[in-house]
Amino acid sequence: MIELVREVRRSYALVERNFNLIKRYIGWEIVFLVYTVVNTLTIAFIGVNPAGGGGGGGDRVLYLVVGALLWGFLSVLFHEVAESVQWERWEGTIEYSFMAPMKRLSYLGGVCLYAATYGAVRTVVVMLAVVSLFKLDLGSANLGAAFVVLLLSSLSFIGVGLMAAVLPLLSPEKGSQAAHILEAAILLVSGVYYEVDVLPAWLQPLSRLSPATYTLRAARAALLQNASVRDIGSDLALLLAIGVVLIPLGLKVFNWGELHAMRTGKLKRSG
Amino acid sequence: MQEMALECISARKVFYIRKETRPTAKPSTEWYASPGERDVGGQAVAHAGAGRAEPDAHAGAGERERGAGVGSACAGVRCNSNGCLDIRSACNGGPDSRASRGTGTNGRHRGRLAVSRAVATLFPKSVRVEAVSGVTFSVKRGEIFGILGPNGSGKSTLIRLISTLLLPDEGEIRVFGHDVVRERFAVRRLINRVSVEAAFFKKLSAMENLSYAARLYDVDIRWARERAIDILKRLGFSESKAYEPLEDLSRGMQQKVAVARALLTSPVLLLLDEPTTGLDPVSKREVQDYVLEVRGSHDTTVILTTHDMQEADRLCDRVAIIDQGRFVALDTPARLKAGLAKNGETVTLEDVFFTLTGKALKESRLEEEDYSD
Repeated sequence: MIELVREVRRSYALVERNFNLIKRYIGWEIVFLVYTVVNTLTIAFIGVNPAGGGGGGGDRVLYLVVGALLWGFLSVLFHEVAESVQWERWEGTIEYSFMAPMKRLSYLGGVCLYAATYGAVRTVVVMLAVVSLFKLDLGSANLGAAFVVLLLSSLSFIGVGLMAAVLPLLSPEKGSQAAHILEAAILLVSGVYYEVDVLPAWLQPLSRLSPATYTLRAARAALLQNASVRDIGSDLALLLAIGVVLIPLGLKVFNWGELHAMRTGKLKRSG
Repeated sequence: MQEMALECISARKVFYIRKETRPTAKPSTEWYASPGERDVGGQAVAHAGAGRAEPDAHAGAGERERGAGVGSACAGVRCNSNGCLDIRSACNGGPDSRASRGTGTNGRHRGRLAVSRAVATLFPKSVRVEAVSGVTFSVKRGEIFGILGPNGSGKSTLIRLISTLLLPDEGEIRVFGHDVVRERFAVRRLINRVSVEAAFFKKLSAMENLSYAARLYDVDIRWARERAIDILKRLGFSESKAYEPLEDLSRGMQQKVAVARALLTSPVLLLLDEPTTGLDPVSKREVQDYVLEVRGSHDTTVILTTHDMQEADRLCDRVAIIDQGRFVALDTPARLKAGLAKNGETVTLEDVFFTLTGKALKESRLEEEDYSD
């Protein structure tokens, strides 16, 4: 028990450090936030009056906004986890952080905790901006069910992020790029701004592999159709299952990647 | 019997470094030089050059451009120690340039060279480097053990093996009886390290970086902050500077923070990898004094790698000299010097180093560090 408390305290080191870094990079944070707000508003305006006219309206706006907000949250989560190693390498602290007497689970747990908190704060800010401008009616939305979706999808995305975090350990130069390709593929196949049935037939099976597909489907059902947790139970179960499988698998893969890096001498700032 | 802080038995570490071994273009008369297009040194000269070949005024040491003629700012053949490279097409070749058209023998040669270069880029060659080769030594508790060696000799690789950042290919390393491979976590609790480059989050202040370190090692944060100030003051670092971003501080100051960070966690084995490199003489002396003080007051064993022979002589109880991954000497500084002295002449540790490694210090500093050192 004492050891568990110690590991939680060690995890907090990552949270505190990253929020301290945000304070120091505050100018960039404002730029990113403003860009995300504007980007989400732009997407929402497509819903008001789609190209070619017709078909616009409140539900369509909300459909797109839910996609933009959720993707914003999940991509922040994915980025922060997947780029944690690359970030340490860029700052030159990778050796120091990795030789600390800290379990890798605690290290990655700290990264995930920070990512979830930071992503949630950003999403709330963007959501407030969009809601205030578009006067979106959330009266029939089941916010509680949407929150459960967010929670369970976080688990699955943390799992995907952990798998991606190993890439910079395997290839210091190309690993980060590979993580971005993975993220782009998830964006394409998950139905962030459209239904997955519009995808070519050969792409549709990939959408079933992406946790974002179930996240978006469940979140839209909760927010647009007032679906309860029971109504979206199958999607939630899938998200939970993906998280339960991917998090331990991601940790295992990360540990394997770390050992590989220690064997080949890549666990250092220059790779 | 005195407890061993470190036992290193036949440690070996090999790296396979991928190197892009670009083929060099050896200019010959059959390339593109026709009669009259040749400079005094026999090198092929630029097609565009009508005038006499002159060395380029902008070329750096060891690199000069030949054949730049009148009216051409960059046409010519750029040469360095690896050979020469035609740069005409890049500068002014264009579609009409004979070289860029790739006609005749010259064109075929250039084509083959381009393919060779592309292959070399896509499939870099793996070069085997034995960074640490069968190193055996032990360090007693409380000892300050120095490792001297030129750049690329394996010092930092050895430190990284001890600090659990690398897995040895062969051999065994134990820190206070704990194996660095099988008991990594236990070893990490006992050690800390100062590396040659102060590795910090440079946007954060010294105090924020030290707080991060304290939390990682589960040191009480309030106690750590007070102790950090004490250590920094002891190293000649003013308290007000502790709250400024590290990127605004000099390298010497950053290195002092690195020393404070390592000592904050009260390690029983302190690994100092060139801790005073880049420090001014006063700062260097402050750090050295503090290392001696820590050894005296905190039961800390120190392993120190350095280029500074005077530092090694002053601080170390014993010194090992490493060259090309192997220990070539291991003894007290006094005995190493005595071993070389003849007819009562004064011998310095630097003399010992030069004799055993066969390298001038200047030469060793110029060596490219292409893997871990």
